[in-house]
Amino acid sequence: MLLQQIINGLTLGAVYALIALGYTMVYGILQLINFAHGEVYMLGAYLGIIILGFLTSIGLTAISLPLSISITLVLSMLFCAAYGMTIERIAYKPLRNAPRLSPLISAIGVSIFLQNFVMLSQGATDKVFPPILKAEGLSILNARITFLQIFIIIASILMMAGLHLFIMKTRLGKAMRATAQDRKMAVLLGIDIDRVISITFIIGSGLAAAAGVMVAMYYGLVNYFIGYVAGIKAFTAAVIGGIGSIPGAMLGGILLGLLEAFGAGYISSEYKDVFAFGLLIIILILRPEGLLGKQFGERSK
Amino acid sequence: MKKFLRIFLLSLWFGAITFPFTGIRDAILLSISITVLLILWIPINKGFIRKERIDLAFKKINEWFRLKTQKRILTLFFILFLLVLPLFMNNYFIDVTTLTGIYIILALGLNVVVGLAGLLNLGFVAFYALGAYSYAILSTQAGISFWGSLPIGILLVAISGVLLGFPALRLRGDYLAIVTLGFGEMVRLVLNNWDSVTKGPNGILNIAPPEVGSFAFREPIHYYYLILFFVILTTLAIKRINNSKVGRAWVAIREDEVAAEAMGIDTIRMKLFAFSFGAMWAGLGGVFFAAKMRFVSPESFTFFESVIILCMVILGGMGSIAGVILGAMILVILPEALRGFENYRMLALGAGLILIMVFKPEGILGGPRRRAELRPDDEKTLMQEMETIKR
Repeated sequence: MLLQQIINGLTLGAVYALIALGYTMVYGILQLINFAHGEVYMLGAYLGIIILGFLTSIGLTAISLPLSISITLVLSMLFCAAYGMTIERIAYKPLRNAPRLSPLISAIGVSIFLQNFVMLSQGATDKVFPPILKAEGLSILNARITFLQIFIIIASILMMAGLHLFIMKTRLGKAMRATAQDRKMAVLLGIDIDRVISITFIIGSGLAAAAGVMVAMYYGLVNYFIGYVAGIKAFTAAVIGGIGSIPGAMLGGILLGLLEAFGAGYISSEYKDVFAFGLLIIILILRPEGLLGKQFGERSK
Repeated sequence: MKKFLRIFLLSLWFGAITFPFTGIRDAILLSISITVLLILWIPINKGFIRKERIDLAFKKINEWFRLKTQKRILTLFFILFLLVLPLFMNNYFIDVTTLTGIYIILALGLNVVVGLAGLLNLGFVAFYALGAYSYAILSTQAGISFWGSLPIGILLVAISGVLLGFPALRLRGDYLAIVTLGFGEMVRLVLNNWDSVTKGPNGILNIAPPEVGSFAFREPIHYYYLILFFVILTTLAIKRINNSKVGRAWVAIREDEVAAEAMGIDTIRMKLFAFSFGAMWAGLGGVFFAAKMRFVSPESFTFFESVIILCMVILGGMGSIAGVILGAMILVILPEALRGFENYRMLALGAGLILIMVFKPEGILGGPRRRAELRPDDEKTLMQEMETIKR
């Protein structure tokens, strides 16, 4: 039972961590809560179903399942990256010098728009993932871990490691870090911050799309309003870890996943969302800088 | 030529990112319509229809509204009009107008918090829910009448505003927004799951209608006059507090908290007061809502309601009472009028929010001060506005 909850929690946590990275990267650079991020994740989940459905219809999944899942993952990430970039251009870029309330409200607008766009084009009912994945797995000490769970955990770790390398080792990563530290100074040193911001949104949205596809595979169905709750939870994860801190988002995601798995397993699954929201409020009030974040309280205005 | 190429590429881009969702046929249609719209936009942008001219028209309307005598005459006519209006309407229209009244009260309450004190509350609907449920429970379980429950409900909501505000108001800006959002969701989830008291998702039925002596409010028209009374009461109260020392303190906090504190304003106390004073009106709206519907369920109090109320405040113009009333009227009546396009109206609402924020962040009737604050880099309008303020 305990091990099982840990496995479930880790799977869920890996997904939260991927979404949380998008929040934390954007916050680090723009000090903006990208409220529409959850919808990008929802778009990713839908795209996963649509693309895999297409691949099934042309017969590719019958030939090679791993290949078609990889294609699905990559294509949805590309599409969502395009969405992320477009959202930034339309709703955030014109408001870069506006008071902080304005981009938050336009983000809510984006969120409503995308939800209804998907509802209108894909229907309001649950969309089911093509039943091509069997629930095969391994048994370890009374607990079962499916191959899908192993895939989710390993793919998430690989992506996070890739992101870490990108930010630490490449020129663009360095530019991102510089912009996060001091935007004005970065401009003076010749960094094209419009490009850096675009890249941030592209990477964050790509990761959210990956999370979306994996969740769609894990739960087997998606709906047009899953982005809202997942977004809030991933945001909670980002806040727990310390918003603006990339390792923090990973840690926060895993912690929140475990907490939810234990809460649902041992206390009550009806109130599981209440725990997540309650935790968010308590952390924001008691330790708003999170576990790994730096002090921001006074800077934020 | 370059321009047309850009437009073409842009439309292609939108077509390309939407086609997995809409199918290829609709994506092509979308691309074509975006191309047409953008080509039509060129002459507008070039100056055949000047943006300044539109701005000027809005400003004229604004100035006219701000003149005292005109304002009084207008208000008087408006109230007279509202008094005789239901005599010529059928029950459906009376119900829509009553609903508008509830939203006007809610939007005015939120306007105190967001528009005057500058605290973004995304969980405002929680207070509305608490008001509605307090009357529902008091009426069905304890048999307390509407007029008895009204002060209890409002007091309860004001206290919960203080309880939430006390820890949360130390946070600034968007963090406060997230905490209030979390609070709103928690209230809804608790209402949904606490079966023994709230009857869970089924909601509470058979709430008693309000009574005065032996006269019971039953017909839509009775509720209409009751809500009209409450709306006038709310408007007067908020107008008076807006022009008082407290109202100016709120605006000072919104403009610059540090400076306000330096001028001797007890910012924490004032923010807390704004928070629970705004919430109070949501409580009033909630109690009335429960009495009018005679049924409450958690479904009526989703995050989406908070967003709609916020939209009313923003659309009309944050901080302006007339603007907020106008915003509430537009956002209740327009969707009712567009019932046939049920689904597309939400799409339009989302797009509308973005467009307002980008092009007219101060709303339809936003005050000059607010405008100057929202367009810090637009020096020309700033100077013009300063001129009008001086006059």
